[in-house]
Amino acid sequence: MAFAAFSTTAAPSSSDSIKKKSPVALLLLLPGILYLVLFFLAPLVSLLLTSFKVPAEFGDIGEFSYAFRWENYTDVISAYWPHILRSFGYAITATFFALIISYPLAYFIGVKARRWPLLQSLALVMVVAPFFISFLLRTLAWKQIFSDESFLVTSLKAMSLLAPDAHVTGTAFSVIFGLTYNFIPFMTLPLYTTLERLDVRYLEAGSDLYASPFHVFRKVTIPLSMPGIVAGTLLTFIPAAGDYINASREFLGGTGTQMMGNVIEANFLVLQNFPAGAALSIILMSAILVMVSIYVKKSGTEDLL
Amino acid sequence: MKHSISKWVLPAYGALALLILMIPIGYTFVYSFNDSLKSNITWRGFTFDKWLNVCNVQNGAVCEAFGNSIFIGVVATVLATTLGTMIAIAMVRYRFKFRSQLSLFLFLPMATPEVVLGAGLAAQFLSIGVPKDMLTIILAHTMFCISFVVVAVKARVASLDPALEEAGRDLYGSALQVFLRITFPLLLPGILAAALLSFALSFDDFIITNFNSGAVSTFPKYIWVSAARGIPAEANVLASAVFILALIVVVTVQVSGAARAKRLEKLHQAGVN
Repeated sequence: MAFAAFSTTAAPSSSDSIKKKSPVALLLLLPGILYLVLFFLAPLVSLLLTSFKVPAEFGDIGEFSYAFRWENYTDVISAYWPHILRSFGYAITATFFALIISYPLAYFIGVKARRWPLLQSLALVMVVAPFFISFLLRTLAWKQIFSDESFLVTSLKAMSLLAPDAHVTGTAFSVIFGLTYNFIPFMTLPLYTTLERLDVRYLEAGSDLYASPFHVFRKVTIPLSMPGIVAGTLLTFIPAAGDYINASREFLGGTGTQMMGNVIEANFLVLQNFPAGAALSIILMSAILVMVSIYVKKSGTEDLL
Repeated sequence: MKHSISKWVLPAYGALALLILMIPIGYTFVYSFNDSLKSNITWRGFTFDKWLNVCNVQNGAVCEAFGNSIFIGVVATVLATTLGTMIAIAMVRYRFKFRSQLSLFLFLPMATPEVVLGAGLAAQFLSIGVPKDMLTIILAHTMFCISFVVVAVKARVASLDPALEEAGRDLYGSALQVFLRITFPLLLPGILAAALLSFALSFDDFIITNFNSGAVSTFPKYIWVSAARGIPAEANVLASAVFILALIVVVTVQVSGAARAKRLEKLHQAGVN
């Protein structure tokens, strides 16, 4: 079921000729659009307004009044710059590893396994299977596999592959591992949908013209699968940058691995410092928008969106 | 010699990647049979007890959270599927101004990090003074499901042959009759797939829920809250049961889809001959 959302591209434009103008269109569009204006657009505006608020003069903790205090932004940047850098550092690293792991997997399912449809469907079901089990539970499973008393860690220590006082959970490694693991299906599915349509005759033509396998891969396979690479990296990078489950202390993180999501959550739900949480959210969203638009421009796939 | 080794590298790599993907699923499933006490960390022996008495732990807190998640998922799915399907039909079938702007607008909720969506709604509910409860969770879930429904249903509408509807109108069917008798039944598989996707998204959502749930517990939120003091094996039981159910649904859909494709192929061949 999840394939549907990732695999479908825009509707073919050949049907344009039969399209007609009608007030029915407005009737069909209005309720949904209105809903998104109320519960998607308006909240973003209210997030922006909240980010400039100041504490209410005679109010309790958590009471703020409208103002235009742009220093809220410089305050949160100076207080949380390590979290901001860490968020993007972790997200980019996890996206990179997810791509390295997913590309050969997607190539195997989409190209090599074509001759065996049953194997292909089985592998695809295995790729989406993690979606069917709670995100939090599968992250906790890794926490327990990596815990100090676990079989894996004690045997690594017995083999002296790990220092006796070392920990795996609570480190940058375990957070990046968790992010990579959790977003591999988001990377693999779009890669699969483009590689599945890859015409292997182009690859044969390349090697017929005496290109080395590496050269064929770099000059033919990669460019042809670019739409999948871009879609997969975006579907991994955006949620990974905003994630706070993997990095949280109760899951794979520690005090030194907190990401932006963790401090946004803390400011909203624990400290009740809503302007700080809102300012951080706006910074996160704008940084993502800037990075994504540069990336999409550079990779020459603007028409995909 | 070199060739035969390189032939096996890719399948072996793929198999290893798939195996790693399966590890936490296997772990969760195996530990649902653990004869554990309060927390479910060390293996204490095999038992069916947790499967048979799922709701007995902590006065049924797990089951209450699970029930809330199902209720929220169903209501949000019905709302999002209705609104999203209407948008999808309009976008494929009608011409109107600001089409491309609308596409971008529908794409944005999918490209916004969940923490921003959650914080935004929390800020909005706070500033207009709406208390956080079941309703705010449903409103939030419906919002982020709509765009996914539009994407999934749009593909189905685009593949629909307009000549079928024209035929209905030629035979003096009213607009409503054409929609109910022709358009809707043909769109149904796409709508059902979109509904399943939206239920799955809602059911497993934690981040947006955490910002807008107040005191209401959902299944993911229950796991988050209990993570500090240990999660009972009953949570593994419910998650494993959902996993098995989802697997059955997916396999059934795949198998019936393949069977239908075969049947159509046969019909087609019979027609050609």
